[in-house]
Amino acid sequence: MIIEAGSTTVPAVTIERVSKAYGTGRGALLALDKVSLTVARGEFVSILGASGCGKSTLLSIIANLDRPTLGSVDVGGARVGLMFQEPALFPWLTVNGNIELALRTRGRAGGAPRNQRSPKAERRARTAELLEVVHLGGFGGKRPHELSGGMRQRVAIARALAQESDVLLMDEPFAALDAMTRDLLHDELERIWSERSLTVLFVTHNVREAVRLGDRVVLLSSRPGRVVEEFPVPLDRPRRTDSGEVASLAAKITDRLREEVGRHGA
Amino acid sequence: MARDTDVIDTPDPAANGLERQIAGLDALEMAARSQHGVVRRAWASTWPVLAAVAIAIVIWEIVVLSGWKPTYVLPGPGDVFPQLGKDLSEGAFWSGLGLTMRRAVMGFALAILVGAVLGAVVSRVRFLRVAFGSLITGLQTMPSIAWFPLAILLFQLSESAILFVIVIGAAPSIANGLIAGVDYTPPILLRAGKILGLRGVALYRHLILPASLPAFVTGLKQGWAFAWRSLMAGELLVIIGHHASLGVRLEYARENIDAPDMIATMIIILVIGIVIDRLFSAADRTLRARRGLESS
Repeated sequence: MIIEAGSTTVPAVTIERVSKAYGTGRGALLALDKVSLTVARGEFVSILGASGCGKSTLLSIIANLDRPTLGSVDVGGARVGLMFQEPALFPWLTVNGNIELALRTRGRAGGAPRNQRSPKAERRARTAELLEVVHLGGFGGKRPHELSGGMRQRVAIARALAQESDVLLMDEPFAALDAMTRDLLHDELERIWSERSLTVLFVTHNVREAVRLGDRVVLLSSRPGRVVEEFPVPLDRPRRTDSGEVASLAAKITDRLREEVGRHGA
Repeated sequence: MARDTDVIDTPDPAANGLERQIAGLDALEMAARSQHGVVRRAWASTWPVLAAVAIAIVIWEIVVLSGWKPTYVLPGPGDVFPQLGKDLSEGAFWSGLGLTMRRAVMGFALAILVGAVLGAVVSRVRFLRVAFGSLITGLQTMPSIAWFPLAILLFQLSESAILFVIVIGAAPSIANGLIAGVDYTPPILLRAGKILGLRGVALYRHLILPASLPAFVTGLKQGWAFAWRSLMAGELLVIIGHHASLGVRLEYARENIDAPDMIATMIIILVIGIVIDRLFSAADRTLRARRGLESS
């Protein structure tokens, strides 16, 4: 993999006519149909869709966990992190252990040589730093099950940051959290994103969440997943989920989404 | 983005507010989790056991008092417990017990080795999986005593015959435990592991083996039960050695119609089996508790 240094004109993620089919012949299920999307460096893109729009499949393909049937994805050698609805922390490790493991293995993921892996003391210091970033300074010695859902998801964010990903893919990361925690995590994520100039692809089925966070909201259709429409979000940050502007744009997108979902009821 | 520089340079009240709110929410959610004391938990799991033992002894005494069998065949607790005390104070008893435990440890260790290798290979290789997966489970249903004629033909009346049967009795459970653990590694963790860049040996070391540890311990526990049963069957059939092992004591006591000693030995066999089973259960519970899993 080639890392292109300092080129800001190059997009972070280029998805070109990606299709994904499961199975073959007549029984084949088309999950994604010629999805094209370009995400600029440092951009925050919300991907919105109802069930069955292949959102998770798309992220898996970008993260190289899955291959497209047709088309191509180019991340320009960037490190790609992926977060799920579940924090997916290793329950036998402490919070510190989970993050240190990510620091240990990141060299292999990005193709860096083994001797560039961070030594132990450095890892420990880095872990403490990362926990401070997600406001979990005192919790390094805890095990994941001792934390609340929101705290675990913040540990997952810290773990993703530990990989020094340039591109962070988030698959409905806050869907299982209560509304209050979710609001706070929106603020957290926005802060981390702007401080670290991350590129974020954020998948959700929550329209307001998509508008609250995204520079752009990409609406996908269901079965198969296709890009239906893109909505720029020209609102100043930080935004509030309950603000009028967010609500009115969300209403507009919701109408379009319903129209799209309605086609399946006929 | 003028706001960004604000956030970094000066303590922004909004950012502080966020930090405080998050800390507040964390504190509220952590406070809701409380734990029972260790002593209370230990007592809660001990008293039913003590009660069960007391009830069993009472029933035993009632059966003896009913005069169903003469006391030289079925002695009561009043005859057996003094005999048990006498056994425990004898050097010969302890050297016999030592012989039995040495066999148990060696046999079980060998069974762990064989079971772990078997489990690792079968869980890894798809073809072997299909071919041997159900066979391993099937082996568990084979009563260990049925292996002895073959073992005696192969190894004569020797330690090896006993070891053979212990291993063949216990290894399938241990292998199955490992296979189950590997199988039930949560897919979401496997995905997370791949994202973290875990491949090959590192994937096993950091993810699959730790993830399958609780199931492996469950397999060990079950394997121990099989090993202990096989060993006792073996000691009754294969009577060798300088010291009277537990099985041999049992056999001698029967031949001498020394019913109190026989039942005292049975109690010892039972207690050893239970104690070691409890140790595995405790290890299992500790592991699961550390991971926040319900104990099974």
